Amino acid sequence: MNRDPRLANNPNKMNAPQKLDRKTTGKILRRLIGYILKEWPLFLCAIILTLCSNQLSLLGPRYSGRAIDAIAAEGGVQFDVVWENVFRMLICYAASALMAYLLAVLMIRFSQRIVYKMRKQVFEKLTSLPVSYFHTHATGDIISRISYDIDTVNASLSHDLVQVMTSIYTVLGSLIFMWQISKPMILVFVITVPVSIIFTRYRSKKVRPLFQKRSRKLGELNGYAEEMISGCRTIQGYHREEEIGRRFDKQNEDAMDAYYNAEYYGATLGPSVNFINNLSISLVMIFGGILYMYSQSGVLKATSIFFITLGGIAEFVQYSRKFAGPINEFANILHEFQSAFSAAERVFRVIDEDPEPLDKADAVTLTDVSGRVDFENVTFGYTPKKTILHDVSVHAEPGKTIAIVGPTGAGKTTIINLLMRFYDVNDGHIYVDGKELRDISRDSLRRAYTMVLQDTWLFHGTIYDNIVYGKENATMEEVKAAAKAARIDTYIERLPDGYDTILSDEGINISKGQRQLITIARALLSDSPMLILDEATSNVDSRTEIKIQEALNELMQNRTCFIIAHRLSTIQNADMILVLQNGKITEYGNHDELMRKGGFYSTLYNSQFT
Amino acid sequence: MKIMLRYLKPFFGRMSVGLAIKITGTLVELMLPYILSHILKNVVVTQDIRQVIFWGILMIVCAFTACLCNIIANRMAAKVSRNFSKKVRHDLFDSTLRLSAAQTDRFTIPSLESRITTDTYNLHNFVGMMQRMGVRAPILLVGGIAITLFMDAYLALAMIAVLPFIFVTVYFISRKGVPLYAKVQESVDKMVRVVREDTQGIRVIKALSKTEYEHRRYDEVNKTLSHDERHAGTIMSSVNPIMTLLMNAGITAVVALAANRVASHQSDPETVIAFMQYFTLISMAMMSVTRIFTMYTKSAASARRIAEVIEAPEEITVKSEKEFPPINNGVHIEFDHVTFSYRGKHPNLEDISFSLEKGGSLGIIGATGSGKTTLIRLLLRFYDVNSGSVRINGRDIRTIPKDELYSMFGIALQHDFLYADTVEENINLGRGLSKDEIIKAAKIAQADDFISAFPDGYAHMLSQKATNISGGQKQRLLIARAIAAHPEILVLDDSSSALDYKTDANLRRALKENMSGTTVVTVAQRVSSVKDSDLILVLDEGKIIGAGKHEELLNTCTEYREISESQMGGAIVE
Repeated sequence: MNRDPRLANNPNKMNAPQKLDRKTTGKILRRLIGYILKEWPLFLCAIILTLCSNQLSLLGPRYSGRAIDAIAAEGGVQFDVVWENVFRMLICYAASALMAYLLAVLMIRFSQRIVYKMRKQVFEKLTSLPVSYFHTHATGDIISRISYDIDTVNASLSHDLVQVMTSIYTVLGSLIFMWQISKPMILVFVITVPVSIIFTRYRSKKVRPLFQKRSRKLGELNGYAEEMISGCRTIQGYHREEEIGRRFDKQNEDAMDAYYNAEYYGATLGPSVNFINNLSISLVMIFGGILYMYSQSGVLKATSIFFITLGGIAEFVQYSRKFAGPINEFANILHEFQSAFSAAERVFRVIDEDPEPLDKADAVTLTDVSGRVDFENVTFGYTPKKTILHDVSVHAEPGKTIAIVGPTGAGKTTIINLLMRFYDVNDGHIYVDGKELRDISRDSLRRAYTMVLQDTWLFHGTIYDNIVYGKENATMEEVKAAAKAARIDTYIERLPDGYDTILSDEGINISKGQRQLITIARALLSDSPMLILDEATSNVDSRTEIKIQEALNELMQNRTCFIIAHRLSTIQNADMILVLQNGKITEYGNHDELMRKGGFYSTLYNSQFT
Repeated sequence: MKIMLRYLKPFFGRMSVGLAIKITGTLVELMLPYILSHILKNVVVTQDIRQVIFWGILMIVCAFTACLCNIIANRMAAKVSRNFSKKVRHDLFDSTLRLSAAQTDRFTIPSLESRITTDTYNLHNFVGMMQRMGVRAPILLVGGIAITLFMDAYLALAMIAVLPFIFVTVYFISRKGVPLYAKVQESVDKMVRVVREDTQGIRVIKALSKTEYEHRRYDEVNKTLSHDERHAGTIMSSVNPIMTLLMNAGITAVVALAANRVASHQSDPETVIAFMQYFTLISMAMMSVTRIFTMYTKSAASARRIAEVIEAPEEITVKSEKEFPPINNGVHIEFDHVTFSYRGKHPNLEDISFSLEKGGSLGIIGATGSGKTTLIRLLLRFYDVNSGSVRINGRDIRTIPKDELYSMFGIALQHDFLYADTVEENINLGRGLSKDEIIKAAKIAQADDFISAFPDGYAHMLSQKATNISGGQKQRLLIARAIAAHPEILVLDDSSSALDYKTDANLRRALKENMSGTTVVTVAQRVSSVKDSDLILVLDEGKIIGAGKHEELLNTCTEYREISESQMGGAIVE
């Protein structure tokens, strides 16, 4: 009941965990134990509480058995014994409940501490990873690791761990008590327990693939529904509602049949387990009844191991219920642990990822950057197999504007990635102010650049927060000045909440163009000696672009500036234009020089007038 | 919940049979403790081993029958839930596709999606659970109480007195827990948002060296989440201990009271033993009933959300020609003093009038938010105008039946949708077009080259949202889809923006050559995409500020001239 409902609602939960080999499982287990041991005071308390609480609840039936024996005593009811045992029962149960509650609360604290730490570790690892990691891993996957996978581990820590301790204790405890009551009657379980274990194992082996299919089909159905609803305008525009509806029905049918199959076969499990339990009780009754009969008639002596009282039978029945429960649960818990392990494995894999290499010990801090940038024979590829840049050399004088032109995939953005040292070159060198990039501390290098990218990255927060992000401690005046320069101040002031307007997905309708202007304001505020513009105006319409270009022109003055742009009008004023084709610089020079040369650039430029 | 009954009605017959079987099974199960007490009380004293074995075997038979009945009933229940959900989901999807654009806006797309997925899933679970536990639990509860009353009314009452406490505590704690978990969910969303933002903006964060700042920002949400989870967990974990305690208190009370009753020969120890068995059963049933109760609140909300969609009135209906009489003026498309507003306050389009001959071309240009796309939506009757009228062939589009209206159009919208299926099917869109028509359309749309370059050609599978092809390729597929069925009117809403200049020019030439009888409406950012149109409209804040041919507008419309000049020498290169 206290299991997190989010997990119950997540259809993925039904996914069978992938099988891990023994060695990995061992490693993960050791690591999880490591986390647990770090919280050892809590864990120790938990173990003690578990033991006490279970011991107390096991004692309950013992006292009730004694009370019943006292009631059934031959010389009439022995009231003092009855009362004494009733009192003991009450104390036991109350104390056991209290401890069970304390234990639950304790385990929540315990697991939350571990989970908090894991989430923190994963996130901090994420921010230290090289940019390439985010190119190869989908955002959705990262998110599911930090939320869903950690949740699974959490559920296992806070719930299954106690469950296992309790189960083992209950099984052993009941067994001992039953042993004390009547040794021969335990033989009943020699028959029923193996039957029950074999049956559940066999069943779940058969049913699990059906449940896997069910969740797969459900996933497909959801995917299809989401896809079609997002296109519902188009479907209406072509009047294809009926046809699409028919296809949906097919998916719906498949999914529901998979559901039915899983439930059809799954339906046997509960009642069957119940039957096996009832079977053991019936057998206990037959066997116990006979023994009781002989005990009553005096055939069996009170000292014989076969001797049993009425209260003894009652006690035995109660313990046998307690005994059977955990054994049936065992298969389930094993399955839970498997999912928790594979979830933990996915989490650990992020934590173990290699971070960006540290700065060199003697790395220098860039100060008073003049803005001279040199590429010397740079060769680079994201993967060893595919080289993106071949032997590129570029020299940018301080304060000049360098534009990069070329077809998609030629390596334009790669140059930016190398400038910012998001990646290290494979061969050759890059220098800023004559210093090798790898000898400079990353922080100071990156601070030396202001960057405006095509993807307008804003976070959930006020407009003010988003602009001031470029420079902590900036005053309101500075922020406003930057917004004015980016031609967005008037728009912001017209919003009901002005600069305090919260930017969110579902909130006010702010267009892509306006988002881009805010990122430009942020860049203007950060005020670094060098500037990178990667398709900075691709999201705005032509008239707004004219305005932004004015703002950018201001920004570009006296700064070394690298530009990638779609529009030739943005490029033609650059001091130097590089034409990048297939990872090589095929032409360079200013607009007039390149036009005279009559190569790729001039063809591109002239094609618009044909 | 009414809607649930309506959909369950056809299954009432089957459900009753299932229920009857379930009731039999449950009643038989209830016999077990009774037999147990009978053996102890009456059989053992006979000293007859055969009797003991007979009653013992009877117990096993009862247990087996109960097991069998439960399995059969559960299977029948599974069938009912399957058919029920199938029908509900079918109708829901149907209704969703038929919603008007204004209704879709009000519901929002994510919410409609979750109604089809999560809400129907909730309902399915509830229907299944109702059949499995909804019957068994009350019967166990009532039957158990009845039998104990019959065995010893006095002891039974003592025991029953505990039940309301169990119900009340569990119910109230669960009620309290639901909003707490809603809060946890909110915190999870916040945490996920930070992670999503940061994975997407990692380059900016690194460029500005804001890693430490982001760690603090994340730590805040992480802490809140931990706190909320702890809080919710602490409250909810009291349920089990309290319930167990109350149950055991009941058992203790029975033992205590029994002592006096046995002493005065009003009861016997064997009854007490049976009582303890029944009490476990009854408490379990009580737990189930409470769970059904909490589940009910959840699924009632889902049922309401589903009903909202299924029962939503059809907004876009066909009006009579008496109301909007046709005009015969030989014009193909006509906007006649059209004014429209999404929210009913500030007009998004104001007094728009223009007309277009058959086979003519219209270009619409203007800044972001000027109303270009709104105009297209009115032409397609995704929304109805507030005043004025939109006519095609002289008929107000409100009087044209849907299938007739939409068979006239071929449309490629901004951010239009492609789905996980073959390229061919994405162009076909279930219209049963021939392969030749599809290839021809792809050729005109300049898509044939890249499609043929796929190893499996037109059978190439697109991924969901077509993430495996580039923006320009997507746009060309959409255009191919739009022209494949030889539409009377072709609508292209900003649908060539990702094409490089050369391909765009080739596309326009091919369209002109092959689609001569078709009236073409083009919305664009680039002057070059519309400059050859028979009529160009320049929109600004929902009004027409310039109308005419390219050369005329250069002279008459300052805004148009500005846009045009800014793009001269500003061709797009890819």
